Parts: sequence; structure tokens; C-alpha cells
Amino acid sequence: MSKILEINNLFKSYGPVEILKDINVSIDQGDFLVLVGPSGCGKSTLLNCIAGLEPITSGNLSIGGQDMTTVSPKDRDIAMVFQSYALYPTMTVAKNITFGMKVRGVDQATQDEKLAYVAQQLQIEPLLKRKPGQLSGGQRQRVAMGRALVRDPKLFLFDEPLSNLDAKLRVEMRTELKALHQRLGASMVYVTHDQIEAMTLATKIVVMKGGIIQQIGTPAEIYNRPANLFVADFMGSPAMNLIPAKAVKNGKGTAIQIERNGNTPIVLSDTKNLDLPEDVILGVRPEDISDASLRANNETQEADCVIEIVEPAGADTFAVMELGGKHVTARLHSETSAKAGETQRLAFDLGKVSYFAPDTGKRLN
Amino acid sequence: MADYSMHTVQNNNPIGKIALRWGLYVMLGIFAVFYLMPFFVMLTTSLKSLDEIRTGDLISLPREVTLDAWRTAWSGACTGIQCEGMRPYFWNSMLIAIPGVAISTLLGALNGYVVSQWKFRGANIIFSLMLFGCFIPFQVVLLPMARVLGMMGIAGTIPGLIFVHVIYGLGFTTLFFRNYYVSIPSELTKAAKVDGAGFFRIFWSIFLPLSIPIIVVTVIWQFTQIWNDFLFGVSFSQAGTQPVTVALNNIVNSTTGVKEYNVDMAAAIIAALPTLLVYVVAGKYFVRGLTAGSVKG
Amino acid sequence: MFKWLEENTPKLVLAPSFIAVMVFVYGFIAWTAWVSLTRSRLLPKYEIDGFIQYDRLFASPRWDTAFGNLFIFGILFIVIAMILGLLLAILLDQNIRTEGALRTIYLYPMALSMIVTGTAWKWILNPGLGLEATVRGWGFENFTFDWLVNPDMAIYTIVIAAIWQSSGFVMALFLAGLRSVDGEIIKAAQVDGIPTWRVYTAIIIPSMAPIFLSAFIVLSHLAIKSFDLVIALTGGGPGYATDLPATYMYAMAFSRGDIGQAASSAMIMMMVVFTIVVPYLYSELRSKDG
Repeated sequence: MSKILEINNLFKSYGPVEILKDINVSIDQGDFLVLVGPSGCGKSTLLNCIAGLEPITSGNLSIGGQDMTTVSPKDRDIAMVFQSYALYPTMTVAKNITFGMKVRGVDQATQDEKLAYVAQQLQIEPLLKRKPGQLSGGQRQRVAMGRALVRDPKLFLFDEPLSNLDAKLRVEMRTELKALHQRLGASMVYVTHDQIEAMTLATKIVVMKGGIIQQIGTPAEIYNRPANLFVADFMGSPAMNLIPAKAVKNGKGTAIQIERNGNTPIVLSDTKNLDLPEDVILGVRPEDISDASLRANNETQEADCVIEIVEPAGADTFAVMELGGKHVTARLHSETSAKAGETQRLAFDLGKVSYFAPDTGKRLN
Repeated sequence: MADYSMHTVQNNNPIGKIALRWGLYVMLGIFAVFYLMPFFVMLTTSLKSLDEIRTGDLISLPREVTLDAWRTAWSGACTGIQCEGMRPYFWNSMLIAIPGVAISTLLGALNGYVVSQWKFRGANIIFSLMLFGCFIPFQVVLLPMARVLGMMGIAGTIPGLIFVHVIYGLGFTTLFFRNYYVSIPSELTKAAKVDGAGFFRIFWSIFLPLSIPIIVVTVIWQFTQIWNDFLFGVSFSQAGTQPVTVALNNIVNSTTGVKEYNVDMAAAIIAALPTLLVYVVAGKYFVRGLTAGSVKG
Repeated sequence: MFKWLEENTPKLVLAPSFIAVMVFVYGFIAWTAWVSLTRSRLLPKYEIDGFIQYDRLFASPRWDTAFGNLFIFGILFIVIAMILGLLLAILLDQNIRTEGALRTIYLYPMALSMIVTGTAWKWILNPGLGLEATVRGWGFENFTFDWLVNPDMAIYTIVIAAIWQSSGFVMALFLAGLRSVDGEIIKAAQVDGIPTWRVYTAIIIPSMAPIFLSAFIVLSHLAIKSFDLVIALTGGGPGYATDLPATYMYAMAFSRGDIGQAASSAMIMMMVVFTIVVPYLYSELRSKDG
């Protein structure tokens, strides 16, 4: 099956400054690819390169099996939704949506038909005669999507399309976007700095930092097996606990020792016979530390910990403690008995932990 | 811009407060008289007969209103040897100003569009060089320009003056449009490119419809500049192609015959009328042009 | 070919204007600079001959007067127009009911040609039938106001007319500046019980420093280029008492046929403008880029 988007060895620099370094990504028809990373990581530049709005310094890029490296945006068969929506201020909603077809010389009947279809899909029929200035943020967002949908392109590009909406609307639109993707089966590339958006929308995530791809994978792979400390820290909220520890081989497996301030070290034993160096960073998701009394399986290891802060958050209660010189968060059941300043017996799920090398930050297991 | 005004001193004494308020209005009134007086004098003088003027009261209203001076100023006053009044020169100025404004505004819009939305390496330097051109004292280009106009065969002609005004108006018109377009997000251009539109299509369909306010500002600015110009007019015109300012100066300083002050004043008002009209009708845009032309960037 | 055209359209569109500016601004400045170093008289010569034209210029009493006038006129014009403009702006900023109308009145002279301004003031200030005669007519037989024909005072009539023309513009600049000061700071000062005049002197006026600079640049630029006003009001006279560098240059170029003098005086004007405008533009463009 041919790839809908394929990027090979892409480099991009502005003068001497390298913005993107050796990018290799490909997606299949129907994929929802999310480019995620902190601001300045190059994700928007990469999207602009895919759109043809920025020239590529070296490497190549194909869309739908055709080489598009130097093709201008209008001939790439793409549509794009922008962060500011970029609606044409002097045109009505209807004209905004049909402008692309008009430029391409599509006949009026087809334009009308497609406009009607898209307006119905997005429920914006009552807005068609208005100007962008008369629309709310959410309505503008819909119109911007309509302008992309009506083109029915091979590839949709989204540049942080939800970041200008308020929190509630953002969640609604996220769900709607996901439904739209499933309904259309279209291929999409989506840029965001919001890791929750990335996790919820993507079929495939590219995590970027400093113009370099850190990891490519499904949301589950990224979440469960982060490739390095950066990905571990960036994806997930609250963030993965990254605890300095010592790994000591013994007969049964590996003992993982975590220092504690003014207390005896916690010793957990890993039974998987991993080949670990002495110094490691143990990565544990907050939900993998739980009340010993409430959740346990055969890979959990228990230990007594002094809870410093308890933060009830409705469904869960977060408990913060100090381990290995770091603040470590545990996601406990809302009915936990944990209290600040008291000792609580907690269970660590060693089946789900990650190990990282402190020097390189790379994943070890 | 925060729309607030300072209130006067919070004074507990109402009499003092009222006195202060009155003082304020009196001062503002005196200044208003200072600014209005010359125009008032021009107008009343233009409506008086020469005999009445010779009695020597500048401020008094005309005892008998006569439009003779206006008729003479418009079609009979002498500029040196010719005695056709201001009329032909008024039309010369129109013939210079209208194409001059149109061409420099259009070029300024395109230039501003390029340097704000289609930046390429060196675009900023080009813009800075053009901007600097706004500031040179034009005396420094008078001599070579006179020769070049001669070489081009348009010395002393109206096309020659249009050319000069377009060239030296470009810096400002480009600045106006660039500053206006720079605040339009570049995503708009990107969206249009993805939609399949090219350079001129985007300009025509998206940017021009957005530009009405800045077009008005630029047109008013350029019209005022060209209409009120004297230096280029006096340097690069000849008998028959002179603009209205040059004709006015010639009428006022013509040494032949009796000095007709009422005709001079009528001619001055005629020369001022188009720009005054623009100012009264579109003062807001006029002020915007002035402040935009001074607060650079 | 088509693709090349498509990619280079922006450059091609900008090219004519760029070339025009390079030739007609920078090329012409270079030409004038070159000619100012030659022995050109009625016709330009192109053999460089050192600073002879500048020597002649500085030895000329007429240039001496013109250059000195530039400073008298420039300093008085700029200082008074700024003070008057600021005063008007502050007065207008006191919740004046007729603000719109007053602003229109204060600013309209800016729409007039300097030639019109000069013509009007020439009539008002002429001793025979103007202000002097009018005041005498009111019974003040000894009233004298003959600055226009007095070689020592004529330059001040140009200052008066120029201020009349431009101070409204300074007012508009300052008024915009006053209105853009953060309202909350002023409310805070009022709550603290600081008197209005102190609010102006201690808070508002210092925060308008960039506007003072803008006004200064524009006014000094106007002063150096002033040509029309002198021609219309005094014609440079009496004698050459009110000559400015701009009129000197014009006289040399077009009536005296002395291209070398015209070029060298134009270059001096250029340098005066440079010393004022270049640092300003440089800092403006830099701050925009950064």
C-alpha cells in the first residue's frame, strides 16, 4: 500500500540555523498524525514544509506517492486549517469556503453543491451569509474546517487549530474533530503543543524537540514506552515520575534502591532480569503507584512512604512524596486513607515502569 | 488606545472650579482666533473692493461684498505676461495630482504587500533604503533630475512632473501600506496559497478589499503633498505647465500694474480649496496620514 | 519558465521601485556629491577638484546668513511649535465639549500649501495696509510692526507663519500620545491625591519621550526643507536677510547658474538632515527588527 505522506531525510535551515534535522516520517491512508512538542521544536515549520509554504533545504517529500519536494502549495492537493483560522475578512462565510474552488475554476453548480454538503456536515448553514467578524471563535473554527473539508484533498493539515478556543469549547471541538476523522477516513497531519490533544486524536504521534524527532509511535507506545526522558516527561499529565535509583544485581533479579531523605531507602526488586547499569532513572507513571490495599497484581512491590501533600481532584486523589530527592506523585483512589504527614503503604507496579540512562536519557528496557 | 480624558483639578470650591473652567475655554478660544484669523482675513479681503482695502482695516467685514476679485483671480489675473488667472494652472495641478496619486498609491500598495507578506532575503534592506528616500532634502536631487528629465524628453511637461512626484512619493506610500499590511497575519496569505491563489490573485481578492482605510489615508496624503508642492513645480515646469502653487506665487509677486490684494487673496483661497475640502471632508484620515508619516516603523 | 516567474513575482514587482529609488535617490545624491567637488559653473564638469566649492560656500556672506538663519529659524520654530503644540494638547485633554471642532480649527493650516500660508501672512504683516495700519486705525498712532521689511526682524515673520502652519500638527501628535498613556496609572495617581499638574509633569509628559522625538524629527525636517514659505513670504529679502540654505541652493541652481555652489549647498543640507535623521531611523528600524 502506498504511503499518503512520506518524508525522507528532510533538513530545513534558515541561514546557518538548522530548524529541522533529518526528519523521516510516513503515514498511511486514514492515519491521524500528530506532531507534538514544546514551542520552538520545529513542528509548525515541518507542517509548513509539508504544505509547501516553506522550501525544504534538503531531503524529499511525497504526497500520495508523487514527489512534491518543490511543488507549490496549490498543486499539492492539500488543505490547511490555521491557528488564527485565517478567514478572509472581507468575504462571507460562503465565499470563504468556495474561494479555493473559484480560484481553480470549478463550475458554480459544483461549488454550490459542495458548499451545501459541507455546511450541513458542520452545521453552519445559518452562518453562510455572515462575515468572519460577526462570528464567535467556535464558529470561525468551524468555517475554517469547512474551507478545508470542501476541497476534499488527499491530506489535511492542521496548525494548532484549537489553541485559540476556550477550554470547554476546545474539548468539544476535539471530540468533534475525532468523529469527523472517523467518519471521513481522511488522512490528517495535526500540530499541537498540547499532549492531551495528541493522545486523544492521534493514530500516530511524532514527538519533537529542537528540530529532531524524539519518538514516533502510537499513543499507547508513546505513553507506555517513552523512548527517552524528554518524551517521558512531556507526554502525560501529571508527568511521569522520574526518580534517580541504583540497580543492584542479586540472585533473583535486580534490586532497585531509591534513596529517601532521613529514612531508609526503598528497595524494589525487578524480576525481569534486565541488564541495567548501576545508575538508572526509574520512570513511574502516577497511576502505577497506588494504595497497597486497593490494587495489586503479581508484579507490584509494596513500600511504606511518608505522604507530604494530598490533592483531591475529584475522581482521583494525588499524593505527593519525596523519593530519590524528587517530588513523586501517586494517583490514588479518591477514597484513599492517605493523609499529609502520615505514612501510607503504596504499591509500585514494576511491570509498567521505564528505565532510563541518566547520562544519555535513553530508554533502557 | 485608552479612551480617557483627564479631569480638571478636583476642587472642592465650586466657584474656583467654574473660574478655572472658564479660563480654560477662554484660552482655547484665543488660540482658535489665532488659527482662524489669517483665513478670515483672506476671505474678507477677497470679498472687498480695492478702495475699501486701501482704507486699511484688516479685521473689518466688507461693507459691500463683491466677487470681482474672485472672477479676476480665476480667469483674468496676470502671472507675468499671461493674464488667464488661476484656471489653467488649477487644471494643470489636477492633471499632475490625479495620475501622480493613482500611480504612487498603486505602486505603494504592491510594494507594501511584497515587503510585508512576501518577504525574501534583502526585502527589509530594500524597504529601509526606500524609507530613507523619504527624508532626503529634495534640493540634493534637483540638479540631476533637471538633466535626466531633459534627457528623457519630458522636461517642463506635465508627465515629467507626474514622474517626479511618483518617484519621490514612493517611499511614503510604501511605508503606509507596509505598516498596514504588516499587522495582517501571514496565515491569511498562506491560507490563500493553499487555496490555490497566486501573488496577484491574493492581492486583488484579499488584500485590496481590506485596504480601503489605508488607501484613503494614502490618497489624501499624496494628494495634499502633490497639490501643495512648490519646489518641484517651480523647478521642473515651464510657462503653460505650471501647477497652481507656482501660479499663485507668480500672481502675488507679479510686478506689473496695481497691486490687487483682493485678487491675491482670492487666488490663494482657490489654490487652497481642494486640500481644505479634503481636510474638512476626511479630516480623520488626513490626521492619520500625518501621524503615520511621522511615527515611523 | 512559468515556475520561475511564479516564484519571482514578488521580486519582479518590487524591482522597478527599487531601481527607481537606487537611481533617483542614491544615484542622484552621488551625482550631486561628485559635482560639488568640481569647478562646475553654468554647466557641470566632472573633473574632481577638491573642496573648492565648499571653500567658496563658506566664504560667501550670503551663505553665512542663510546658514545662520537656518539655526535661528530652526531652533525658534521647533521649540515654540513644540511648546505650543503640547500646551494645546493638554488644554484639549480636559474633557472639552467642543474638542472636535477646536482640533479641526487648530490643525487646518497643515492642509494648506506653504505658498498659501506665505501669501496670507505677507498680506497680514505688510506695514502699509496690514496689521500695522489696522492697529493705527484703532487710534494707536505710534504702533509699529514692520518686521516683514526690517532686515533684522524679517526672519521672525517666517518663524511666526511656520508655527501657525505646523503647531496644530504637533498638537495632534501629542494629543494622540496623551490618550495612549495607560489610564490606570493616572487613576492610581488621582486616587493617591496627586494634583493634575503634577500628574502631567511627573507621569504623562516623561512617558511621551518617543513622541517628543518624533515631533522633533518631523519639525527639524520641515525646517531644513523650508523653501516655499520663504519664497512666498519674503522672497528671501529684504536683500538676502531671510535666505535659508534651501533658497540659496535654488538661487544658485536656477537663477545664478552656479551649479557647483548649488550642489555643495545641497550637500550641506543633506548632511544636516543626516545627522538628525540617520540615528533616529537606525534606532527605529533596529527596534522593529528586534
